[in-house]
Amino acid sequence: MAEPVINPQLSADGELHHLLSLDGLPRGIIDRILSTADSFISVGSREVKSVPLLRGRSVFNLFFENSTRTRTTFEIAAKRLSADVFNLNIAASSAAKGESLLDTINNLTAMQADLFVVRHAQSGAPHLIAGHVAPHVHVINAGDGRHAHPTQGLLDMYTIRHYKRDFSALSVAVVGDILHSRVARSDLHALRTLGVPDVRAVGPLTLLPDGLESLGVRVCTSLAEGIRDADVVIMLRLQSERMGGALLPSAQEYFRKYGLTPEMLRAAKPDCIVMHPGPMNRGVEIDSRVADGANSVILPQVTFGIAVRMAVLSIAASSAGAR
Amino acid sequence: MRISIEGGRLVDPASGSDRNANLYLADGRIAGVGAPPAGFVAERRIDASGLVVAPGLIDLCARMREPGTDGALRIEMRAALAGGVTGLVCPPDTHPALDEPGLVRMLRQRSREAAGARLYPLGALTAQLRGESLAEMCTLAEVGCVAFAQTGALPDNRGALLNAMRYARTFDLPVWLRPVDATLAAAGVAGEGAVAGRLGLPAVPVVAETVALHTIFELQRATGRTPVQVHLCRVSSAAGIELIRAARREGLPVSADVAILNVVGIDADVGRFDSNWRLDPPLRTERDRAAIRAALADGTLDAVCSDHAPMSQEEKLLPFGEASAGATGLETLLALLLGWATADRVPMLRALAALTQGPARVLGEDTGTLLAGRKADLVVFDPAETWRVAADSLLSSGKNTPLLGQLLTGRVRATIVGGEVRFDRGGMLRPA
Repeated sequence: MAEPVINPQLSADGELHHLLSLDGLPRGIIDRILSTADSFISVGSREVKSVPLLRGRSVFNLFFENSTRTRTTFEIAAKRLSADVFNLNIAASSAAKGESLLDTINNLTAMQADLFVVRHAQSGAPHLIAGHVAPHVHVINAGDGRHAHPTQGLLDMYTIRHYKRDFSALSVAVVGDILHSRVARSDLHALRTLGVPDVRAVGPLTLLPDGLESLGVRVCTSLAEGIRDADVVIMLRLQSERMGGALLPSAQEYFRKYGLTPEMLRAAKPDCIVMHPGPMNRGVEIDSRVADGANSVILPQVTFGIAVRMAVLSIAASSAGAR
Repeated sequence: MRISIEGGRLVDPASGSDRNANLYLADGRIAGVGAPPAGFVAERRIDASGLVVAPGLIDLCARMREPGTDGALRIEMRAALAGGVTGLVCPPDTHPALDEPGLVRMLRQRSREAAGARLYPLGALTAQLRGESLAEMCTLAEVGCVAFAQTGALPDNRGALLNAMRYARTFDLPVWLRPVDATLAAAGVAGEGAVAGRLGLPAVPVVAETVALHTIFELQRATGRTPVQVHLCRVSSAAGIELIRAARREGLPVSADVAILNVVGIDADVGRFDSNWRLDPPLRTERDRAAIRAALADGTLDAVCSDHAPMSQEEKLLPFGEASAGATGLETLLALLLGWATADRVPMLRALAALTQGPARVLGEDTGTLLAGRKADLVVFDPAETWRVAADSLLSSGKNTPLLGQLLTGRVRATIVGGEVRFDRGGMLRPA
């Protein structure tokens, strides 16, 4: 019954039009985003921290779910591209008045929006929006439910490439609450597309989703086994609502079994890099000595994140055509 | 009105007959098959050459949105007739719920006025469907409720559920249940598996169905040496079907149906979050669909239902997890069933049993067959006509179907209820 699934992110000529998910995003586009990000890295260290690529364009940050960090980095990225940036905290405005998601989008489109950066608690919400905006409008997913956080996935790949150069011989472990993590899903898709041969998902059975094997991922329930000889360890944030419920008994016990300590990290390769999408729960998923230690690249991730988001915004905005 | 239906292919699963023959209707009943009764003079005739003449379809689950939306029933009844449906069961999850006789009387009155399909209301098993106290089942049965249902997941109060089943057993009233354990289904919106995992959609695990089935069968056994008759609504998994087979072997009085979209679709169809595929039960894996199809073909599943749930755009044009579950389905039911039969090489006689003989047996009705002397409820359809599903050609108020834009094969030409042609596509009924 399934119609052939077209990739709703690409324009008719195969260019990036929306960025909704890394699932099915061709390697060529990922490579182009990463190399474009390279060229933006230096912009942040210049005296004049902007380039005129998006001058006159309007970027709307639509955050149906709160996020200071992601919203701020998108805002910085758009401003460094000289765009006009508007932050809308929808959680506190229209949605509360009962206006439907698509009505909100239509209203903002009428205000001449060119790009929407969307964060929503429901998986798939950016797909719905992308399916209903005017043909010239671009939608960038800034995190939807448990589904995808593609710019985080891309900045994670940028970070790995920066430190490890080549993806083709790496062992990468993603550790923690995979079930509820959009970051994990985006990372796993990108790692596969980029040809990483050994990808492991590590966590208790209550926090591992179905179908990891179909993504070419090895499932490990033991942290020591999961990070053994790893080149890259990506720690996931454990949301506070997961602790002390029916999924995990307590933060303390979680830390004892899955918290990354310096002792535990010895199982990985000596030059292993440790990543975290932030914000961190020190003492829950990661020990401060690791978070601030020599293997940690958590702060460079944030810097790279701005360059990667500049790359995504500029590439999507340059895609001319409607789908 | 005396009508002769000439030159058609008569497909009647109940009598095991698939042959070309004429059919003669008089006084609301089937007066003759093959040869006219003595002295029969037709007033009208239908030329059914090249067409199939079958018992009218009986749909075990179609929501008319009444009580709740005034005038909705009349519209949905037209959709039913256009779909070849001559009898339909309305679940009691209306607003308010069908738990008092006045509401049932009103519903039946409106149904008579609408002159659509026959209406078989289900009464609420528990007051307001809350699963806490018993509804007035005997009184509701007296005003026309054919069985008693709990429409959502099984109530948490299993003591109340057992009592309701025992009370129903006392008066030989059938109980219809959905095999869903509420705490296991939790907030799931998609079938468990790799697709839900990948899309990041909360899943309804298969164990929510199997645990509920074990519970239902155990409670059923506890209703006595001759247990209450239970009908299981909308089974969705291969494991669930296996449990039903085992219960049947044991001799438990159990029947079961499946929603047509679970016969047609699989979890991968959800694709890119198309909320028209947001259904309850959710679509499951290829393996589950294969088990459902096999169980339909071998009769483990008694019936297919449309699970008709017409909805407004506002209820559907939402992120997948926020969209209401359900699809409009009366008008695509027959074509989808025929599509399955063609794809799986199931003889039409066998396939149509799931919409005629099977559901009639579940209801204890003597319709669902073309035997002489029975009520003249029938459908005439073109098994080869292809048509495209389009919002503006659906008569239902709901345009919420994942089939929009698709080509289907098999289209109803005329629907006859009690000997009266109530739907006629393209002037089938002619002077004799």
